[in-house]
Amino acid sequence: MSARNRELFGLIPAALLVTAGFAGVFIQRQNVLSNVSLTYGAIFLGLCLVAHICIRMTLPNADPYLFPLVALLASFGIVMVYRLDSTLARQQAQWFVVGLILFVATIVAFRDYRKLEQYRYVIVAVSLLLLILPRLPGIGAQVNGAYLEIRVPGGLSFQPTEFSKIGLVIFLASYLRDTRQAMVLGARRILGVTLPPLKHFGPVLVIWGLAMVALVLLSDIGSSVMFYGALLSMLYVATGRLSFVVIGVLAFVLGAWFLGTHISHVHARFEGWQHTLNPQLYRKGVSYQVANGIFAQAAGGLFGQGFGQSIPSLIPFADTDMIYAVITNELGLFGATAILLAYLLFVFRGFKAATMSRDSFSTLLAAGLSAVFALQVFVIVGGVTRVIPLTGVTLPFISYGGASIVANFVLLALLLLVSDRARRPVAR
Amino acid sequence: MNSQIVKLFGFFVVLFALLIIWTTRWTVIDASALNANPLNSRTVILQARIKRGRILADNGAVLAKSVPKPGRQWSRAYPQGPLYAQSVGYWTGENGNAAGLEVSDNKYLSVTQTGLNSVFGPLGGNQTVGNDVYTTLDPKAQQVAQQGLAGRGGSVVALDPRTGAVLAMYSNPTYNPSHPNAPCNNSCQVDRATQGRYPPGSTFKVVTTTAAINSGKFTPNSVINGDSPKLISGVPLQNDYNQSFGPITFTKALTDSVNTVYAQVAQDVGRPTMTDYMKRFGFYSTPPLDLPSGEVFRSVVVGPHGKELAPASPNEDIGRIGIGQGGLDVTPLQMAMVASAVANGGKLMTPHLTDRVVNQTGQTIQTIQPTVYSNVMTPATASQITQMMRDVVDEGTGTPAQLGSGIPFAGKTGTASIGPTGSNETVPWFIGFAPANNPKVAVAVMIEKSNGGFGGQVAAPIAKNVVQTLLSEGK
Repeated sequence: MSARNRELFGLIPAALLVTAGFAGVFIQRQNVLSNVSLTYGAIFLGLCLVAHICIRMTLPNADPYLFPLVALLASFGIVMVYRLDSTLARQQAQWFVVGLILFVATIVAFRDYRKLEQYRYVIVAVSLLLLILPRLPGIGAQVNGAYLEIRVPGGLSFQPTEFSKIGLVIFLASYLRDTRQAMVLGARRILGVTLPPLKHFGPVLVIWGLAMVALVLLSDIGSSVMFYGALLSMLYVATGRLSFVVIGVLAFVLGAWFLGTHISHVHARFEGWQHTLNPQLYRKGVSYQVANGIFAQAAGGLFGQGFGQSIPSLIPFADTDMIYAVITNELGLFGATAILLAYLLFVFRGFKAATMSRDSFSTLLAAGLSAVFALQVFVIVGGVTRVIPLTGVTLPFISYGGASIVANFVLLALLLLVSDRARRPVAR
Repeated sequence: MNSQIVKLFGFFVVLFALLIIWTTRWTVIDASALNANPLNSRTVILQARIKRGRILADNGAVLAKSVPKPGRQWSRAYPQGPLYAQSVGYWTGENGNAAGLEVSDNKYLSVTQTGLNSVFGPLGGNQTVGNDVYTTLDPKAQQVAQQGLAGRGGSVVALDPRTGAVLAMYSNPTYNPSHPNAPCNNSCQVDRATQGRYPPGSTFKVVTTTAAINSGKFTPNSVINGDSPKLISGVPLQNDYNQSFGPITFTKALTDSVNTVYAQVAQDVGRPTMTDYMKRFGFYSTPPLDLPSGEVFRSVVVGPHGKELAPASPNEDIGRIGIGQGGLDVTPLQMAMVASAVANGGKLMTPHLTDRVVNQTGQTIQTIQPTVYSNVMTPATASQITQMMRDVVDEGTGTPAQLGSGIPFAGKTGTASIGPTGSNETVPWFIGFAPANNPKVAVAVMIEKSNGGFGGQVAAPIAKNVVQTLLSEGK
């Protein structure tokens, strides 16, 4: 079977899931099966088919599993958000359409994505600007202690960091492609520690320093972990030097300690993480969100309480940050694990495209995008499950959030572009 | 770069494994602790959405039911008020604020969904309805017990010796299960039947008799000297009114409740054998009644400083234990089990309040089957002791319990002294079973404080009324 036919068949489970999911929610609400659920399923399947045909025409060799996995996650997400709030779900569906349009646009505009390299400084400048935007008066908005959103006239809000992560990965892939040899060859041992040459590492440090300052200003530790992790991942892939990563992690731990002790919003997150079930912190609201996320998961058990059975009003931000708690509550350990495995499979296919690529830029780009995606899932799910302190990033393709959906579709487009090039038969 | 990518992917696999492990921790390993956490309002809301099943008496009278309250929720109502509070208990919907069968039968009453059923179950309708629980309690006997105690602190427990079914269990004072946390006098929330511990007095002589006869050391016709006082453990022990009986048979000693005879018998039988028989009757262990474990206390021996003694401890004054003093501290339920074991030919049945579970369509989905809890004595011993206990009611201290109309009643009175030396305060008891030739009801009655009242005068008439009621109910 050709790659595209495999992709087409891969869409069937997603379409079935969205139809069954809507049917479930409808029955739960009204005890009658409404044909609206079938309509939703049909529209969704139609959109996916359009995207599929577009991939078929432009990227015939691209990885056949990436798109169906996204369709599965997105359809699951839309059912989940619908179940929480039908108005938000309609907006989410609109964003889904916007995302698909941008997805197609990216594929068409960047058939040869390597020309992105020419704009790497523009891209990184725009990315940093996007990071700072929410802090600007007038359009910025503070959410839950962090400056994450910008408000666009018309009532829409937008989290620009979602796009910054892609821009920074593009920049780093291009920059590290140029300098990775020099970094390894020019590395010196100082006091027994292997350090990269400042000349080549300097610009990375400067840009990263700017990004970190912006994040400190924005108090957005979630994105900070995500970006920093992506940087270290790419540095490791580019140089193979674990010592660079270790130094980076130590530097980050110091920074985190500083943030944890000096910024009250961050300090509260640490407290809520360590002493989640402390009644005083709970009543003060410090650990309320994490604790209720855990309670929701506990009530889910192995198989969950069933679609529509959770009490979302008990969980703050049930439709964005905490959606994983709702999933575990309603579908149990098994449902949540299935979702995590779908993400891991997506990451696996992304890395696969990276290893198959024939040039360093492509490899670094695919590896960086896959890593930042995996880190995003880890940061939010880890926060909800208390592996790490909870910080607000979206669960890709599932959480409600326009920027998240759209940006992740661009990420998908870039991965498909890389994989198409990597898997293209070599003309002899 | 590919080997780095493989390692990096391995790292992410580890990170995702952590996520799954932590999710497992919350959903499975720590789940029950989290569900019970007082900060967790989820459990309370979910529980309140369940229409809990009813709790009913054996004749179908409703003891507890769910009534709707705003917001798709339910609360509990107790149509019979305080009469069944100690056994049915209460359910407030708050974590940990519940008691009785409402807790121990919660698995039937609230039908929490598990397994695949929970994924597809909710599609059938959005209301969870629990099952009904029928108890073994007889409403008339329950009322007669309440009237018999007439406001005095005390307890009545009636068992079916053949099955272990609890036919009546009442404790005074009681409380209103609709307002279980309202302040009240005289520890009204304490269920005297299962949590109140008192010296059993001479009713314990049934246990001593069982040890003496079943071990082969004595027969009903053994002759023992009944003079008073007698030195027991170095301290003189007297019969009531310091009466000396001279040499008398074992049977006569039970009929007239002769302390000096029983103290000697207990010493002759010896501490190991006495302890063995106490254990057979269920002493030293929590009775296996289907109430929450914290609500049923075991019957024990308490040392001079109020500390529980280990079974067969050398500090036990076995002679005085043989007459139901010496620090014995027992529940009315335990004494009803003693009567029940003799009544059932030596086989002690597991006591139970739950009779059967019926679902919403009226199908019985579970019936509690009678099980043997302990083989206490041989049927031969049981019939000899039954005869001795008949004499107690026919011509001894228990005559006020006589049922008339030719129904033989086998029983034993008890009058334990409490309070400081020289005080007149007593705990009057009566235990027994009827009809003695075909036992259907075993009973224990205890009045927790009387000003010199004897078991035969104070407790026996109550036992008589409860037994008469139950027999006329066709039990």
